[in-house]
Amino acid sequence: MGSLSLKNIRKSFGNVEVIKGIDLDVKDGELVIFVGPSGCGKSTLLRIIAGLETESTGSIEIDGDPVNGQSPSMRGISMVFQTYALYPHLTVKDNMSLGLKQAKRPKELIEKRVGFASSMLSLDDYLDRRPAELSGGQRQRVAIGRAIVRQPKLFLFDEPLSNLDAALRVNTRLEIASLHRQLSATMVYVTHDQTEAMTLADRIVVLNNGVIEQVGTPMELYNEPKNKFVAGFIGSPQMNFIPASCLKIDDAETIGIRPENILIDGAKADLTGKVSHIEKLGSDTNIYADCADAGLICIRLFGQHDTEVGSDISLHFDRDKMFKFDKNSDTIN
Amino acid sequence: MSVDIQRTARSQVTFRAIAAHAILITYTLIALFPVFVIVINSFKSRNAIFREPLSLPNAESFSLKGYETVLKQGDFVLYFQNSLIVTVASLTMVLLFGAMAAFALSEYRFRGNLLTGLYLAIGIMIPIRLGTVAILEMMVASGLVNTLTALILVYTAQGLPLAVFILSEFMQGISDDLKNAGRIDGLTEYTIFGVLVLPLIRPALATVAVFTMIPIWNDLWFPLILAPAEETKTITLGAQVFIGQFVTDWNAVLASLSLAIIPVLVLYLIFSRQLIKGITAGAVK
Repeated sequence: MGSLSLKNIRKSFGNVEVIKGIDLDVKDGELVIFVGPSGCGKSTLLRIIAGLETESTGSIEIDGDPVNGQSPSMRGISMVFQTYALYPHLTVKDNMSLGLKQAKRPKELIEKRVGFASSMLSLDDYLDRRPAELSGGQRQRVAIGRAIVRQPKLFLFDEPLSNLDAALRVNTRLEIASLHRQLSATMVYVTHDQTEAMTLADRIVVLNNGVIEQVGTPMELYNEPKNKFVAGFIGSPQMNFIPASCLKIDDAETIGIRPENILIDGAKADLTGKVSHIEKLGSDTNIYADCADAGLICIRLFGQHDTEVGSDISLHFDRDKMFKFDKNSDTIN
Repeated sequence: MSVDIQRTARSQVTFRAIAAHAILITYTLIALFPVFVIVINSFKSRNAIFREPLSLPNAESFSLKGYETVLKQGDFVLYFQNSLIVTVASLTMVLLFGAMAAFALSEYRFRGNLLTGLYLAIGIMIPIRLGTVAILEMMVASGLVNTLTALILVYTAQGLPLAVFILSEFMQGISDDLKNAGRIDGLTEYTIFGVLVLPLIRPALATVAVFTMIPIWNDLWFPLILAPAEETKTITLGAQVFIGQFVTDWNAVLASLSLAIIPVLVLYLIFSRQLIKGITAGAVK
């Protein structure tokens, strides 16, 4: 299959630099996810890897071969788009086989590969339908099938689940995960949804403003975020950030604590406040407390709890699970 | 109280619907009336045309003399043929080159993209007839006077600005992902244009086709100036032979005009189904 190596990739649109020097190595068979807020350059970076956008400077190697300047079809990649991008006038089968037909591959090989992909994605019954006759989930499966049929060195996914409803999203996510296991293919995946990133990725690349904030396994990013941005982006509900002065801690600018590491404990209160909102999810309960100087703080309790909105609440922070950030928002170890 | 309000609201809606239809029907009648008068009179004798121009042909006044005259003059088949060649050839070129230019303008970022688009749009505002003298000089210099090629070239130029303008709007609406998927599958830019984009803008193409076709078919100006020779006359110009300085053969004029409506009507019917889709594309999703 294939590895991917990016060296000092930069991209400007006019005077605006959107990608500001990206270095990254993706190992053979790895599933790497680019995650970041909208406008952080993650989609642009994916399009540069695909060859749909030209980099301003830098080099791209796929499987050890430099591919700068090569057309997308020559790079040995497949791409799955957010909007499915199926050819509306072709049947499912023709949609999947068009790329191989363009490359003038023998008919038997095309049949075999389409058969393999369609049985893997349970699309056998739909091969003669047109995209308009399929549901959203089926369309996205066809798009994934079209990518598999090409047997690429590298799969590229551009927010493939964003157009699906919540239930389908979970199903398709599982399908992509099992696909990755079965094909042991190298995949680069872009999403803005940190849950998707956490559940699917071998490694996550957190991007912000065109630079990489941190690269690591999901648990590395969760347990050892390099800075405040990564700490806030990974984990849901979001990490609470409290000015260090509120807790009388001198060696840091800001304190970060995840909602699940806050205890309600009147005896050892670090902060007190009033409950302003409660979200009951059944398996756990999110309480939002308004704590004067510290602002709105989210507490995640396991199980079901009854708390009145407006009642007083005392919070105790687990000292071992606290993160300290300095003036530049970097983590202090 | 609330029932009253509902009733008033409902009657207001009905009133508006009736008013809208009344206006549209009136307009349709006004627009169709001249055509109607031409067609009924083409089936009447000369005397009946002048005596009672608005009455329908009856047993006494019915006459096919006009059609006989037109068909006996063997040239008319040739005039029809010329008109068809000029219209269809210009239409094909306008649609093909218009769509290609629109694709380039909407798909590629290049220096001068906006300026080129504006330059092409100016063509919509400036009537091509202002350049008649220069066009005639060019045609004389290149030896194209009295050829159908001259007409085809002029009509292509006349139709392109609007075609590019309308089509590029539509092309911007086609998803980039689709074109990119094609690129990854190894389709060339020409295949993407021809196989992916053109079928998706078919309604827009039909709209442009109708708006381009009718002025070309009806034009008298350029055939008269650039190609008045007997073998290159178009039907509109051909009908003028019956209009003399002293005697006008009204039967023949009306018959030839009635006949001239048919081909353009057929072409319109072919495009109209797509045209309706094109007009309502933005309004009804």
